[in-house]
Amino acid sequence: MTENKTLYELAKVLRSKNSGPFELTMDVIFDNRDYYNKVKDSGIITKELVCKLYNIEEKDISTLVFFDPAMAFKITIKRPIDSGSIGETDVYGAQQHAPLMGVLIPM
Amino acid sequence: MKELKILSPCGILGYGYPKESFYNGLSKKPDLIAVDAGSTDAGPHKLGAGVGIVSKKAAKKDLELMIQAGYDLNIPVIVGSAGGSGAKPHVDWTMAVIKEILEEKKLKMKTAIVWADIDKNYIKNKMAENKIHPMNYVPELTVEDLDKTNSVVAQMGHEPIVKALEEGAQIVIAGRAYDPSVFAAYPIMKGFDAGLAYHLGKILECGALCAEPGTTKDCMMGYLREDHFLVEPLNPKRKCYISSVAAHTLYEKDHPYYLHGPGFALDLSDCKFEQHADGVVKVSGSKFVKQPYAVKLEGSAKVAYRTLVIGGTRDPIAIQNIDDIQNDIREQVAAYFDDIPRSEYQILFHLYGKNGVMGSLEPVQTPAHELGIVMEVIASSQELANTICSSARSTLMHFPYKGRKATAGNIALLYSPSDIEFGPVYKFTVYHLMDIDDTCELFPTEFVEL
Repeated sequence: MTENKTLYELAKVLRSKNSGPFELTMDVIFDNRDYYNKVKDSGIITKELVCKLYNIEEKDISTLVFFDPAMAFKITIKRPIDSGSIGETDVYGAQQHAPLMGVLIPM
Repeated sequence: MKELKILSPCGILGYGYPKESFYNGLSKKPDLIAVDAGSTDAGPHKLGAGVGIVSKKAAKKDLELMIQAGYDLNIPVIVGSAGGSGAKPHVDWTMAVIKEILEEKKLKMKTAIVWADIDKNYIKNKMAENKIHPMNYVPELTVEDLDKTNSVVAQMGHEPIVKALEEGAQIVIAGRAYDPSVFAAYPIMKGFDAGLAYHLGKILECGALCAEPGTTKDCMMGYLREDHFLVEPLNPKRKCYISSVAAHTLYEKDHPYYLHGPGFALDLSDCKFEQHADGVVKVSGSKFVKQPYAVKLEGSAKVAYRTLVIGGTRDPIAIQNIDDIQNDIREQVAAYFDDIPRSEYQILFHLYGKNGVMGSLEPVQTPAHELGIVMEVIASSQELANTICSSARSTLMHFPYKGRKATAGNIALLYSPSDIEFGPVYKFTVYHLMDIDDTCELFPTEFVEL
């Protein structure tokens, strides 16, 4: 039976932050080439998954890219409300990463 | 070997740094001390209200050592996005600190201001020429939004800073700048590769955030050479690793290896990160790709006033009915104030323990056993915000929701008095690219006698 591990277990860094006041960006960074390749090759990290995890539509995703030299992938999405504006809840965008933590990757 | 050493004391001027790290850096004979003082991260308020991120005392404490070092070593000291947002009030505030330091230390140093304020009429002309373009997910700029905007700044590239340095500035206080520009300007002037200079600047602008343990409150040294650069923490407690430096390259950017700056893009797709020595990382392959020149404009406007209440509920029936409770309160308040148009105010609830942090992005639908409630009223005047908040709060306290058993009160109020008058609320009204021809004309230099 294949063992699964969560992104939280595999990643060295898993975070979110503003990329300017109108976008949120999530970085998942590895320090183990094998883990990175397993995540990248799993085909699990897709726009479809991000839409499901964040209740958003595909047009709200501006970037989903793997970056081999840094052993990292990045997801950038539209902010539902721009930073600091009326009704907005996370000025720095620093606490929007948690839905990614539980994503399961077959090892 | 051709080499230029850049000392970055901390991630934001005024965040502070250990003296020992800074002196360690000075012992390595840096060619430049540069620091970024700004960010849009704290939201639209700083730019809109013309206030800083840090206290004057903190900015002065950080600048004192930097200026003395610049004088002693006869090297340039450059501050970017002065005062946080880099508009005129922020630059003036920084210049007052510089003046105080130079007077107290009885130093004479040639000081240049590079202004980044952009006249709104200039922008209107550009709008007419179709040369203003919204950033991703930003609406088109309208004259109406521009008119209500307090001030507009643009992020400068290295060119206006190079001009100030060429004219003999020892201290450069730059208004709003693309964060890495203040690090890249001097090396580019000295003939170093612009791609490496900007990439190094991108890493150094946050201080020791690219090290482990990472922090914006400590010093870093960058060694820029012909075909690569090195980054080294100046505190022996910290080390740089490939993962920490690469991580920082991604930080706060929309794309991992294609970074847009004024007049260029930084292409890092062929970049190489290597562990050069214990705690020191080597980076090569960063490419500068020239592009049609555009600068990023930032502007913020006061849009409303706010009053809020902080409290919570521990009642399972209230938690079960929390969505209905919010709607019913809005209806009751509107019915009571039937002489006030509903477009004049909004009543918003932030429910911590439900979706207070992530709002519409929250995938988990099960609330916790208690909810933190922040109820805020947004209105066209402070007085109206106070009036509506007071009424909404007493309605929330006593509203007979479905199934209620706890008839004495619905919310645990955190404070007495319960209603907190917040003041004005701001919004980024301008976050657009503007096509330009002459970058130095847009960012004029002014030499100041101190």
